[in-house]
Amino acid sequence: MAKKKVLMDEGLLQIVIQRLCHQLVENYSPFEKFILIGLQPRGVDFLKELSSQLKQLYPNIDIHTGIIDPTFYRDDFRRGDKQLLAHTTKIPVNLDGYKVVLVDDVLFTGRTIRAGIEALMEYGRPSAIDLMVLINRKFSRQLPIEPLFVGKSIDHYDGQKVRVIWKNEDNASSQVLLAQE
Amino acid sequence: MQEKQLSTRHLLGIKDLSAADIQLIFEHADEFKEVLQRPIKKVPSLRDITVANLFFENSTRTRLSFELAQKRLSADVVNFSAATSSVKKGETLVDTVNNILAMKVDMVVMRHASPGACIFLSQHIDVPIINAGDGTHEHPTQALLDAFSIREKIGDLKGKRVVIVGDITHSRVALSNIDCLQKVGAEVMVCGPATMIPKHLAKLGVKIEHDLDKALAWCDVANMLRIQLERQDTDVRFFPSLREYSLQYGLTQERLDKLNKKIVVMHPGPINRGVEISSEVADGDQSIILDQVENGVAVRMAVIYLLAQQIQRS
Repeated sequence: MAKKKVLMDEGLLQIVIQRLCHQLVENYSPFEKFILIGLQPRGVDFLKELSSQLKQLYPNIDIHTGIIDPTFYRDDFRRGDKQLLAHTTKIPVNLDGYKVVLVDDVLFTGRTIRAGIEALMEYGRPSAIDLMVLINRKFSRQLPIEPLFVGKSIDHYDGQKVRVIWKNEDNASSQVLLAQE
Repeated sequence: MQEKQLSTRHLLGIKDLSAADIQLIFEHADEFKEVLQRPIKKVPSLRDITVANLFFENSTRTRLSFELAQKRLSADVVNFSAATSSVKKGETLVDTVNNILAMKVDMVVMRHASPGACIFLSQHIDVPIINAGDGTHEHPTQALLDAFSIREKIGDLKGKRVVIVGDITHSRVALSNIDCLQKVGAEVMVCGPATMIPKHLAKLGVKIEHDLDKALAWCDVANMLRIQLERQDTDVRFFPSLREYSLQYGLTQERLDKLNKKIVVMHPGPINRGVEISSEVADGDQSIILDQVENGVAVRMAVIYLLAQQIQRS
């Protein structure tokens, strides 16, 4: 990555994630027949942050979480050189009648979300699926998909890439970067 | 970043695969196994792929397993068995296959009685080929599902000891298994009457043992091969009688109970109950024979999915 701009530093990221947690409680409490599902691969890290923050803010709330891999439902299989490799899926319940909030870090074309929704449907018929994203890249959608909960919306320019980095052994702090390819 | 992908276009034998390839297949088989537990056991990935299953030799389990794997990936499937085909009218293998490919088939799964038939075919046609058993040569998907089943039962194969018992000379399962297990770091021993173990086998770095009880004491896993009764009817007899074979090399509960550990028991099927394995053992809690069959579909889905990715859309 050549030119980088920090869109969100750790402090701001923290505030945004807390707001999203409050929004979840505001909209879905008491969380009956509710599940928060992270989209593989990077939505899973965001899901982890969300649920640990949610635990801190509301220690008494216990919600189902799961992860879904959209790989087998993608529309770019055998189109180009990119190999589509599978990741783990873990859905602990039959989704019949469940309210699902699908969680991903960056919403771009919407194609991954479409594949994710199709994958979810194999686990039953949810009563509703909502979408929560940390970063919403506006004006770049290729499908009619819009998020209900957004961390931050940004305008999109060709050739720019948004990268969410989470704090771990390799990275000293969490941040969201905008990079020129 | 180096994208992970299979290093081969065909699966003609385990020798085409690297350790990383086998790992990649296992990782995908894990995910496909999860798919098979879902309320809807099907993914749409291969919607526009047509696979021909060419069985020039009889098979029930392998053919069903391949067909289920293909259907659960949403591929279109055409089946062909030699008994009812123009092969009987004298058509050559390449002609038969080229005729099928002319009908826009994207991938071929083939079983054939001649060793090397798949390799020969791969030199003449342009689509990915999966070997579903060629004579006494290789049966790669069986070896993959065996190794996958061991990994599922007792974890990483590195350093695990596996004994393959029975007719090694005539077994494509044995040859593929030896290669596959060694590539993932397991130690392999073969056990059987001297007449059924080829002399050159020691060159593959395999231990050879003729006493089943010693072999069982050494191993973590025993893979009992089927005694091919049909071969006993020919002029050459490899052992004096079935009863004698069964006494010396049949796996019984009594033999298992003598060990001070619980080993895993496998069999590629079809079983001759009371010959190479007793019913009690085959149906017992140490046996993973039915897990092998179940895993067969997931492993074949992984192989087909990974090979199909390399077919460019026209």
